[in-house]
This record gives sequence, C-alpha cells and structure tokens, in this order.
Amino acid sequence: MVLNQFLFLSAFLFCVGAYGVIVRKNAVLVLMSIELMVNAVNINLVAFSLRNDNVIGQVFALFAIAVAAAEVGVGLAIVLLIYRNRSSVDLTEVSEMKG
Amino acid sequence: MFLAAEAAVASHLESGPLFLSITWVLPLLSFVAFWGILGFAKRFGRESAGYIGIGVIGVQFVLACGAALQWIARTGPSGGAEGGHGLREPVGHSLTWYTNGPIAIKVGTHIDGFAVAMLFVVAFISATVHVFSREYLRDDERFTHYFAALALFTGAMFWMVQSATTLGLLFGWEVMGLCSYLLIGHWWENTDNATAALKAFLTTRTGDIGLLIGMVITFFAAGQTFDMAAINEAALHGEGSHLLWLTAAVCLFAGVVGKSAQFPLHTWLPDAMAGPTPASSLIHAATMVVAGVYLVARLYGVFWAGFSIQMGGMNLGSWVGSITLVMAALLAFVQTDIKKVLAYSTVSQLGYMVMGLSVGAWTGAIFHLFTHAFFKALLFQAAGSIAHSGSHHSFDMERMGGLRKYMPKTWITFLIGFLALAGVFPLSGFWSKDEILLGAWKNHFGLALAAGLLGSFMTACYMTRAYWKTFEGENRLHLFHDEHAADTHAVVAAHDAAHDAAHEDHAVSHDGPHESPLWITGPLIALAFMAAVVGFLQFPGRSWFGHWTENLVIEDTILKAGFEHKFSVVLAIIASACGIGGLAVGYLYNKVWNGDLGIVRRFAPARVAHTTLKNKYYLDHLWSGVVIGFIKGPLAKAAYWFNQEALDGVINGAGAAATATGRWVYRYVDQGVVDNAANGAGTAVTGLGGALRGLQTGKVQNYAAIFVGAVGLIALALVLFV
Repeated sequence: MVLNQFLFLSAFLFCVGAYGVIVRKNAVLVLMSIELMVNAVNINLVAFSLRNDNVIGQVFALFAIAVAAAEVGVGLAIVLLIYRNRSSVDLTEVSEMKG
Repeated sequence: MFLAAEAAVASHLESGPLFLSITWVLPLLSFVAFWGILGFAKRFGRESAGYIGIGVIGVQFVLACGAALQWIARTGPSGGAEGGHGLREPVGHSLTWYTNGPIAIKVGTHIDGFAVAMLFVVAFISATVHVFSREYLRDDERFTHYFAALALFTGAMFWMVQSATTLGLLFGWEVMGLCSYLLIGHWWENTDNATAALKAFLTTRTGDIGLLIGMVITFFAAGQTFDMAAINEAALHGEGSHLLWLTAAVCLFAGVVGKSAQFPLHTWLPDAMAGPTPASSLIHAATMVVAGVYLVARLYGVFWAGFSIQMGGMNLGSWVGSITLVMAALLAFVQTDIKKVLAYSTVSQLGYMVMGLSVGAWTGAIFHLFTHAFFKALLFQAAGSIAHSGSHHSFDMERMGGLRKYMPKTWITFLIGFLALAGVFPLSGFWSKDEILLGAWKNHFGLALAAGLLGSFMTACYMTRAYWKTFEGENRLHLFHDEHAADTHAVVAAHDAAHDAAHEDHAVSHDGPHESPLWITGPLIALAFMAAVVGFLQFPGRSWFGHWTENLVIEDTILKAGFEHKFSVVLAIIASACGIGGLAVGYLYNKVWNGDLGIVRRFAPARVAHTTLKNKYYLDHLWSGVVIGFIKGPLAKAAYWFNQEALDGVINGAGAAATATGRWVYRYVDQGVVDNAANGAGTAVTGLGGALRGLQTGKVQNYAAIFVGAVGLIALALVLFV
C-alpha cells in the first residue's frame, strides 16, 4: 500500500477546507469546509491505521465522525438562529465580540 | 473532598484527650455551616442565617475551650518535674493525600500549645463577630451571603492554625484570602469597595509568589516533605547551607509581607476598611492578617537559621518590622476616618510582631498576637457600634465627639481597648509589648528597641487623638445633619427606614446618638474583659502562656541561645513612660492645641486655670471605671506642668514636626511611591491590553486565519527543528 497518495489527498482536502473556512462568507459553507477538514484528518487516521496494522486508528475515525455529526448539529442550529435574527448568514456581519 | 479526608482521619484517631483529638471537627463544622447557610437558610426566613452561624460558632467555641483546658491539663512525657521543661506532647493526625513515586504528599493536623491558643482566639473573636453582625447587618440585603462567607472564613482560620504541613497551611491561607475578598467587597455596588477588595486580593497574591517559591525550596531542603516539624528540624540540624535557608526565609518572608501588611505591601489593609465593620474586626483581629506572623512563628527554625537571629544585629525581618511599626504609626496620626486609624494601628502592631519574632522574642511576639486579637477586635467593634448608633453610619471622626455621654458602654469598652493598645499597665497590651521590647533589648537589637519604644509612644499619641475626637468635646453630628454621610454603604437608606421603625418608641430620638442594643454591646463587654485580664497569663515569674506554648523548635532555638529573659522592671518603666508620654502629648495635642485645627496656636494665659481644671476633670473620666492605678494621673499632670513651664516650645515644635512628617510620609511614600508603583504596573498591563485589542476583531474568520497560521508555524518548527 502506498501511503503517500492518501496523505496527499488528505492534505489537499485539508487545505481546501481551511481555505473555505477563512475565505467564504456564507456560514453554511464555512461549516461544510470544517467538515472537509475533519474528514481529511479521518483519512489520515484510517491510512495510518492500515499501514501500522492497528485497528485503533479506524475506531478513532468512527468516533471523530460521530463527534463531527454532533458538531454540525450544533453549528447548523447556531446558523439558523443567526439567520432568524438577521435574515442573513454573512459571517463578516457577526462581530459583536469586537474588543 | 473534605468529607472524604476527614472521614479518613477519623478512622485512625490516636489516643489523645478527646477535645485535642477532634479539633479537625472545627473546620468541618464551618464548611458544613457555609453550605448549609448558602443552601437552606433562606427557606427558614431571613434571620435564620445569623442564628445558624451563631449556633455553629457557639459549638466551635465550646470545642476550642475544651481543647484549651485539656492542653493545659496535659503533662509532658517526662512528667514535667524531672529535668528539661517537660514539654507537652503534641497531638496530631496525618493522612496521605496522594503518593507520587517515593514521595507521599501528606496533610494532617498538629495540635500544640500555639495551635490551641490560636484556635481559642479564632473561636472567641469569631463568636463575638457573629453576634455583633446579627444586629449590625440586620437589614442588609445580602445577610445570608455575609454569614456564609463568615463561616467559611472562620473554617479556613481553624484549618490553617492546626495544619501540620505547609501545603495545608497554604490551603487555609488562600481560602482566607478568598473570604476576605468576599467580605471586603460585600457592598460591591460601590465601585470603591469592589476596587478595595480586588486590591487586597491582588496585593496579598503578590506576596504569595514568594510564599510558593519558599514552600518549594523548603520542600526539597527538608528531604521532600511538606511537614513543618521536619522542615524546622532540617533547618536547625540539617545539611543545607546557610545560603539555602536564607533564600527560603527571604522567599517565605515575601508572603508574610503581603499577608501581614508589612512595608511596602501594607497599602491594602487600610483600603480593606471598605468591608462591613465586623468583618474588618475578624480580618484584623483573628488569624487573617496575622497569618503571616503565624507562618513565621510556625516555621521558626527556617527564619532562625536563615536570618541568623542568634547572631544579633539587624536582619531583614527586624528591619521590615521596625520600619512598618514606626511608619504606620505616623500614618495613623493624620487619618480622619476612625477605621483607618485602627487599620494603620493594626499595621503598626503587626510590625511589632514581625520585629519581635525577628529579634528572638518568640513568646512575646505570639503573646502580642494573642492579646492584640482581643483589644483590636474590641476597638473595631466599638467603632462599628458608634457608626451603628452614634454617627449615622459614618466613620468620619468629624461627625463624632462627645459620645461618652450618649454611649456609655461603648465608651468604657473602647477606653479599655485603647489603653490596652497603648500599653498601659496592667492591661494586656502592656505585658505583651513589654516582652517584645525586652527581647529586642537583651538580644542586642538596639535599633529595633528604639523603634519599638518610639512606636509605643506614637501609638499612645494617635490613639489619644482618635479617642478624643470620638468621645470627648462636643458632639458634632448635628453639623452634618442635612446631608447624609457621604461614605455610607448602599443599604443605608433601607437600613435607616428599618432603624426608625425599630426605635419609634425609643426614649432617645433617632436623630441623636444613642447606645447600641445588647447584641452589639454584649460582644464589646466580653472582648473588653479579655483585653483587660488576658495579659496576666504572662505574669512575671509565672509565664503560664509561655509554658503552654513552648515546643521543640523553641527549645532548640530560643532556649538554647539563652534568649529567654526575666521580666525587667527598668524596661517596664521605660516602656510605660513612653506610653504615658504618648498619652500626655496626645492629650495636649487635642486639649491645648485644639487638635488638628489649632496645633500651633498658643493658648491664652488667662485660660490656664480653667484648662487645668478641665484637665483634672478629664483625667477623672479617663481613669474612672478602669482599674488603672494612681501613677498615671500625677505623671500626666507633671508632664503637663513641665510642658507649660519649660517644654512648650520644644513639644510644640515636635508635635508639628511629627504631624508634618506623618503627612509627608502619607502623601509621598504611601500615596506616591508605593501607589505609583502599583499604578505603573497597572498602566503597563492596560497598554499591553490596548495593543492586543486590535487582534480582537470579533470576526470569526480572522481568528480562524490566525489559528491556522499559528498551527502552520508550529508544524514548520516541528519539521525543521525536531
């Protein structure tokens, strides 16, 4: 098995995700980008798990998927509330915490 | 956590006398009371918090008295009669908190005479404070929280004084810091109060840095143990170099300076007056501010070795103590707030204790700690009584005056406290102060002795001034009748309404000063009794207190070095002369020079006869009701006469100079240098915060970008350097 290809795929997905998180203004798209990053990590976990012949990595990946699902649930709830209050999901407008 | 720990202790009780074996119940009861008051008091009605608190402290008081009696009845293993001092065997429990490899971290109790004396002090003072508060804060909106904090505070004190390890001591020490923060900031609606609470908390934390470092040093120096007996043993007989113990002592001393308000970290204590008066009383009298002194006395071996006390000659502790006691006494001279006078007086007396310990007068210092607790609690509560019933919740002495007529019980008790503080024979302050001065003299600490005598003189002086402005002359409250006291707390309006209702059928009108109810005068009378008689515990030739509190460390240090001295009549007379000189000058200051207003005004010869008459009258009242003796009256009169005939100009000048110095020190050293340093640090932090504000854009994507960038940098560093 060639590890490199998995790692390249994972790194690519991660970068795309990070780019999306930083650049996109739409909150839903930002959430989706976060999912990309999480799954990039999952690919790494599974890849190393296979290579090392150790099942812990795959268990962990399953675990991460479950956590990510919960995280998306919370995130979408927040986005929904933001939308109800402002009729927009533009993240650049949400800056009440400015110091 | 406590429950588990206490239960584990209970499981292997040693066979000591009952009350000495169960002292660990004292803090436990307080912690239970704390949660009980917070959780349930409101269900049983508003007042129940006070009664729960009073009930619990009552039980604790009985337990502490039992422990004290059983300690006194305890005999040493050698039977006492044959050779040596027949030290009483301490009682203790110990349990392992957790083990880490070969190191077992232990907590436990260590009950010896010193601890028992402290337990008694805490129980007594706290009981009076509880009773006093029930009336004083009756209409406070946070009555429940106040009593909860009081219970926790008391529990922390009980915990600290019986702790066997530095770790346990630190725990009590910090919980006390927390409670003093809660109590000082009790009326936090007023920003000044909240700031004062924060200042108290942060200033003591500054010193605690040193304490923590010192704890770590002693931990390793004594062979990886927090046990204080082992640390003392290692310091006195161990391998460690002098430099090691010097460093440890200096670091620990930084904690003492913060907690016990020594120069230059003393500024928090006067500000801490923002809290309710009974809380101030507890902070000042019981083991909150004297925790530092307690630490020095407990780890005396470390300080003995580190400061080379045996050598004589001034060391860090005696310098700091001496400076503190003189400087704070000067500051007390220019305050107009009676609580601030008392606060600076506490600082000055703490200076005495630290100085006493550092000159090898261990017994004298802790005896002073013991007596000071009673008369300072008394003075604070008397000031609270005045504010409660005599001056519309103000502590400004300009609003007082002539209260002697209106508040006879408060007057008599305040007078006893004042004379005890001034060190007048035979009240308690005389005996304890004398023993410290004796140590400084016989152990060749000339400067400390001079500072002590000067401090004794000034204490009498400024307390006479405070006493005069409060109780003598004409009442000045009506001058301020229209505006309500400016520095009152948030609940005054509500309180006054209730007060009016309560006193509707009172013979004395609410507007004028009147005596406080029994809930307030009762504690005053109890404290006054103690302040008057407790000094006899150290009667020359008998020294009961000294024998009760003796322990192994003291045998190894003070007794071995021959630092235990016989009562000296000469010194007693000199010290008394200083105190009485202070009283006389204070009297002249107020009476002849019309106090602060007319200090340089010479009074007309025509009024000499009249004033002399008044003088006699005044002295009659000063001493009546108090068993003081005959010496003072003639002496003061003689000093007065001498002053009239010969020394008028000299004393006039000295008085003016003392006041001017006091003002100068207050303005430049206290308010200028020390406060500026603190403010400078604050400004630096504010500036840094301002600079970092730019990063706080509130836009989540900026944060994400910074986050990703930082992680990238760390990853890069890992790749390049690892």
